[in-house]
Amino acid sequence: MTTFLGVPLRRHAHAPESPLRGTESFPQAARRELANPQLRANLAHATATIRAKRAAVVGELADWEALRDSGSAIKADVMARLPELLEQFEAAFTARGGTVHWAADADEANRIVTELVRATGADEVIKIKSMATQEIGLNEYLEEQGIAAVETDLAELIVQLGHDKPSHILVPAIHRNRTEIRDIFVSEMTGVVEGLTDDPRELAMAARTHLRRKFLSARVAVSGANFGIADTGTLCVVESEGNGRMCLTLPDTLITVMGIEKLLPTFADLEVFLQLLPRSSTGERMNPYTSLWSGVTPGDGPQDLHVVLLDNGRTNALADEVGRAALHCIRCSACLNVCPVYERTGGHAYGSVYPGPIGAVLTPQLTGMQGHDDPNASLPYASSLCGACYDACPVKINIPELLVELRARSVDDERGGMPGGWDAAMKAASWVMSDPKRFAAAEKGLQLGRIVAGRDRKISTLPPPLSGWTQSRDLPAPPAQTFRAWWRETHPEEQA
Amino acid sequence: MTGSREAVLGRIRAALATAGPVAAQPVPREYDRRGALAPGSPEAIELLVDRLIDYRAEVQVVAPAEVTAAVARALGDAASVVVPRGLPDDVLAACEQDGRQVVGDLSEIPLTAAQLDGIDAVVTGARVAIALSGTIVLDGGPDQGRRAITLVPDLHVIVLRADQVVQTVPEAIALLDPTAPLTMISGPSATSDIELQRVEGVHGPRTLRVVIVG
Repeated sequence: MTTFLGVPLRRHAHAPESPLRGTESFPQAARRELANPQLRANLAHATATIRAKRAAVVGELADWEALRDSGSAIKADVMARLPELLEQFEAAFTARGGTVHWAADADEANRIVTELVRATGADEVIKIKSMATQEIGLNEYLEEQGIAAVETDLAELIVQLGHDKPSHILVPAIHRNRTEIRDIFVSEMTGVVEGLTDDPRELAMAARTHLRRKFLSARVAVSGANFGIADTGTLCVVESEGNGRMCLTLPDTLITVMGIEKLLPTFADLEVFLQLLPRSSTGERMNPYTSLWSGVTPGDGPQDLHVVLLDNGRTNALADEVGRAALHCIRCSACLNVCPVYERTGGHAYGSVYPGPIGAVLTPQLTGMQGHDDPNASLPYASSLCGACYDACPVKINIPELLVELRARSVDDERGGMPGGWDAAMKAASWVMSDPKRFAAAEKGLQLGRIVAGRDRKISTLPPPLSGWTQSRDLPAPPAQTFRAWWRETHPEEQA
Repeated sequence: MTGSREAVLGRIRAALATAGPVAAQPVPREYDRRGALAPGSPEAIELLVDRLIDYRAEVQVVAPAEVTAAVARALGDAASVVVPRGLPDDVLAACEQDGRQVVGDLSEIPLTAAQLDGIDAVVTGARVAIALSGTIVLDGGPDQGRRAITLVPDLHVIVLRADQVVQTVPEAIALLDPTAPLTMISGPSATSDIELQRVEGVHGPRTLRVVIVG
């Protein structure tokens, strides 16, 4: 039998695992990740490097703040006019020989893509890294349907070959170092040269050789989109390695899965976002390759073009202010790279394909928070609210403010039921502190703390329910003398 | 599928109605829409060269009379080269030097990806270049050809006229035809996926050489 301590244990009855939801709360997952020194070393190196590069190239642009203001306003305009802009995009893309599909949820999007692939007779597709297809678990779905999805971005390939999960929006294998990557290649890749070292150039060339054959023979490619332009029906993919260009150019059929929030109203708006995105994400003045296509070009590139417009919770998010602001996100990952919490816990702790500060807002908005025991309900607390993410965000999403609002909502949701441990502790403290005699009695107990603390003057473990506090913090030992005792000793004349 | 179209649009409209009417806010455009440097000016070209070199592209700035020699130098020991149909004569002359095999990519009989994979180099023109970001934009014009020819061969030589160099991104975007298939190139292909160490040349051309004709 367990003693009831005010913190009821509940099961995750309504929260099945998905690409947007892990199986455990952020504090639980974070504790495990924090204990991995290799992960912390990799992350500290990676985030510090990107932070420095980003700061340097952003500093070069005297009009950076004006670009952010413009980017923010354009996104607000898109959200306000979304139905009209989506219809405009659909008409323009269709007029130039493309086909537009609409998917209400992940399952429908997966089915649409599968049917399109089946219609070509292919049993393999090459893929460009895409958050939307990760979010719907497309690769896993295709595998179940007997279609192999081959990731062609180097980091995604590392994750796929390592039977692993991505941990960063932009650099999904950021948690792996070169030795780990070498070992994955040697054990999982066919035809690896003998004596492959862990030199990044050698590893990149191994990936080139591995994928070259796929690129030259593939008939179907699947991509996401960084932007869709409403007035011209243009789709845009921003990338570095050329794997994107290979997928977008060589196959006969191209299927693009795009979240409905990815639109920009006009082609000219690209002038803002093609400056904001690369500098914020990789810290480059421009990414090596950007591809733009507005339907079919006879004799050049895929002749069978599709785009799947994906809702999958976005309309839920759109219905309130927090969600709407989160939908402005252009997935640059600048907020991850400046976040002290992300830097220490890594991306897997968030349980969603969208980790870090923006993930802590976006994920619960896309899925909804299904009560206290939903792991996603813990995400708004995965922040120190230091504000670095807001400063870094190229479209000025006020992430700390949104997190505070979500915390307030989750607290409000808890009201009216059984009092929680926190409520009970506050009530007890109030009772003790409202009476001098009780307070003096309580102070006597403090001496016990010094014994518990031991020589290092730190208390690392307290019994439940106070263990909740000391799980993630050390408590300093109480002083040898309380203030009230010291006052009595030094001011005997004041005693009544 | 039509059902989902109406369902999604309906949900968006309902979501927007829940949040109340949103007043249309004008989008501020206070950023630099035009640079201080004139298109094609020596300063603009200097900036472009600096940015391209930073990306590990190789750059030559030459006078019009030196184009053939510069392109021949850029092609180095490439034994075969694919060219789009509209390459200027002086550039084409360079491709034909040194016994190099020149393959024309004519749209009537496009080369397959496997055929392109057997060719060492490609030479093209470009639509516009952005000095501030070190970016060269291709739009599939007659001197640039299909996207595949600038993708599969391992060496890409781009011949740029000085008057095609603008300073800022907005100046370039204003020149582009959105209906064309557009490729923006900023240095050779590169990855930073392994410990964020930049490695040039993954799947696209591993070498990018730019000849700027001033």
